[in-house]
Amino acid sequence: MSKNRGTKPKPVLMQGNAAVAFGALDAGMRFFGGYPITPSTEIAEILSAELPKYGGKFIQMEDELASMACILGASIAGMKSMTATSGPGFSLMQENLGYGMIAEIPCVVVNVQRGGPSTGLPTSPSQGDIMQARWGTHGDHPVIALYPDSVLECYELTIRAFNLAEKYRTPVILLMDEVLAHMRESVILPPKEKLKILNRIKPNVPPEWYKHYKNEPKYISPLASFGEGYRFHITGLAHDENGFPTQVPQEVEAMMDRLLKKITDNLDDIIQIEAFEMDDAEIAIFAAGVVARSAKEAIIKAREKGIKVGLIRPLTIWPFPDLDVEMMLENTKAVIVAEMNQGQLINEIKRVTKYGHHSKFIKLQKYSGLIITPDEILNKIAEVK
Amino acid sequence: MKNIPQKVIHQYLRHRKKFPHVWCPGCGNGIILGDLLRAIYNLGIEKDSIAMVSGIGCSSRMPVYVDFNTLHTTHGRAIAFATGIKLSKPEMNVIVITGDGDAAAIGGNHLIHAARRNIDLTIIIINNNIYGMTGGQCSPTTPLGRYASTAPYGSLEPNFDLCELARSAGASFVARTTAYHTTEAREIFEKAILKKGCSIVDVISQCPISYGKLNNFGSAVEMLKWQRDNTIPVEAASKLPPEKIKGKIIRGIIYDTDKPEFTEEYDKLITHLTGELSISKNKSVNKKVTGKAN
Ligand SMILES: Cc1ncc(C[n+]2csc(CCOP(=O)(O)OP(=O)(O)O)c2C)c(N)n1
Ligand code: SF4
Repeated sequence: MSKNRGTKPKPVLMQGNAAVAFGALDAGMRFFGGYPITPSTEIAEILSAELPKYGGKFIQMEDELASMACILGASIAGMKSMTATSGPGFSLMQENLGYGMIAEIPCVVVNVQRGGPSTGLPTSPSQGDIMQARWGTHGDHPVIALYPDSVLECYELTIRAFNLAEKYRTPVILLMDEVLAHMRESVILPPKEKLKILNRIKPNVPPEWYKHYKNEPKYISPLASFGEGYRFHITGLAHDENGFPTQVPQEVEAMMDRLLKKITDNLDDIIQIEAFEMDDAEIAIFAAGVVARSAKEAIIKAREKGIKVGLIRPLTIWPFPDLDVEMMLENTKAVIVAEMNQGQLINEIKRVTKYGHHSKFIKLQKYSGLIITPDEILNKIAEVK
Repeated sequence: MKNIPQKVIHQYLRHRKKFPHVWCPGCGNGIILGDLLRAIYNLGIEKDSIAMVSGIGCSSRMPVYVDFNTLHTTHGRAIAFATGIKLSKPEMNVIVITGDGDAAAIGGNHLIHAARRNIDLTIIIINNNIYGMTGGQCSPTTPLGRYASTAPYGSLEPNFDLCELARSAGASFVARTTAYHTTEAREIFEKAILKKGCSIVDVISQCPISYGKLNNFGSAVEMLKWQRDNTIPVEAASKLPPEKIKGKIIRGIIYDTDKPEFTEEYDKLITHLTGELSISKNKSVNKKVTGKAN
């Protein structure tokens, strides 16, 4: 794909991984550090060729610990940065992912999921890392994770991941399904001038006044880059608003509250969720990524038979869309939670839906390395009485 | 006016940071920081152009005290963070401060790969032969037979020679000095910073609290004397018969060569592909020396 796609958007045949790579470039990403792993490797391969053409930098690091570390370093130096990996590599990134969260360094981490645990099923789809994305790094922390279901959405959510990372000064995770990463679809990318690209806010105060972990505005302090005259300190230790280590309980609490509130106070902005045929639905299907595509097909077929069924699909999987899901399930009599794992999303649905609610929880779980088909979902719909 | 060495150091300390520092009395970390600051002063490098990056350990607490762009990262990963900074902003002087455990155990992979890439980082390993921060466990540089809290019967494992490791991995500048030899350390730091390429300096330091105590070295002063008496400059060693240098540690510039540096090579690629000069510039060393600190 050429750097300039002209003003008249034309359809192009594109793979999910390529859509991520080109979305990142269009978002202004100029630094990629990574380590090869199926099924994410195409992202690194494409960017190794494209980034230097944009004046950006690509580096294949010695492992995923280093990949995560170097993209944080690059971001502090002012680059929009990212890495892409799969389960085993995502596990190795966890400690430094937490560093990015406490130090509030924007970046994007793509995890094209594969079957696990361990080396598991390297080339097969799985949604086994939904909880790892939420709780993989140690300690209390909020997380932003997005989940696309089409090649076009891979492109769009990659850009959105960068926008959220820059806006909220935090690493953002893009969770993908292997099937989507390798699937080719015809897409029409929006013209570049129509794209909404956000960049981190830079301080406009003299260096003596700059506090890079100040509570304002709205819990997010502007972020200077290294080498711009601000000369500040960044640490993974609990720190005060100047970034210096602290063990003063009030200061620690203030830091932890700020990290949480900058996300929880902005749920309306962060959360995206799709409701498909939910208006009159008596049965809801809750599914993310490619499972939601199977669900849509099943819903169309079921509706032909007069069954009132709809889909709830989170585009933002973390923070979990608690309120939206609760509201959408209000008038349903059952919810089918379809996921390619042994049950990670279903517990979230149970958590946000009050017990005693008339919804029945029906699980459809598959972890054999095969995707959930429309027929399997239709069969589950038929089970609902 | 002649600059008093202490005054030089004070120019670089952070006023907003409350002292005292975390280091024990007699620790080598402060001496080595002083040597490094005098080197930076002599080179006349702008504070804004310095990024000081560290891992986890007593030695890695160093950046918080100094008025540069400072980054205290995770255990072992300083070099990997520094790689991201350097590649993004090649004009910056990126100095890595790391302990022997940080650099050679948990971070050993990053150390050898930075050397292999020959990326322009100045990596200063403060080698106290032990894990200071966690209370004296053995490290990859604890010599065979020496004691540590996790080697109560003496270490059964041979130690790394960090200079040999750095050289064979591909670093273009490799040196060793000690906390005792402050003038030599300053001179080596100056050369290491100026070097276009990966510079790795193994600085033998004392941890009187753990290593010293567990191995009956006596006081910090005794440990400094040990550094004086058990090391030989590389030039002198080359003239001595083998029996005279047996058991001694060689210090000075062990290896110094010029070879392609990674960020420069990458910028050449960008220029080649785009026909434009890359967005990044060369490392800025302002050579205007305003005074000499010894
Ligand atoms: C991943 C991880 N493992 C273990 C630790 C605990 N830890 C902190 S410092 C340290 C050793 C530091 O030793 P060294 O690098 O030699 O530095 P020194 O304290 O001697 O200066 C260890 C094991 C940690 N912080 N993180
Ligand atoms: S424990 Fe050892 S290395 Fe750490 S500050 Fe004390 S003397 Fe220095």
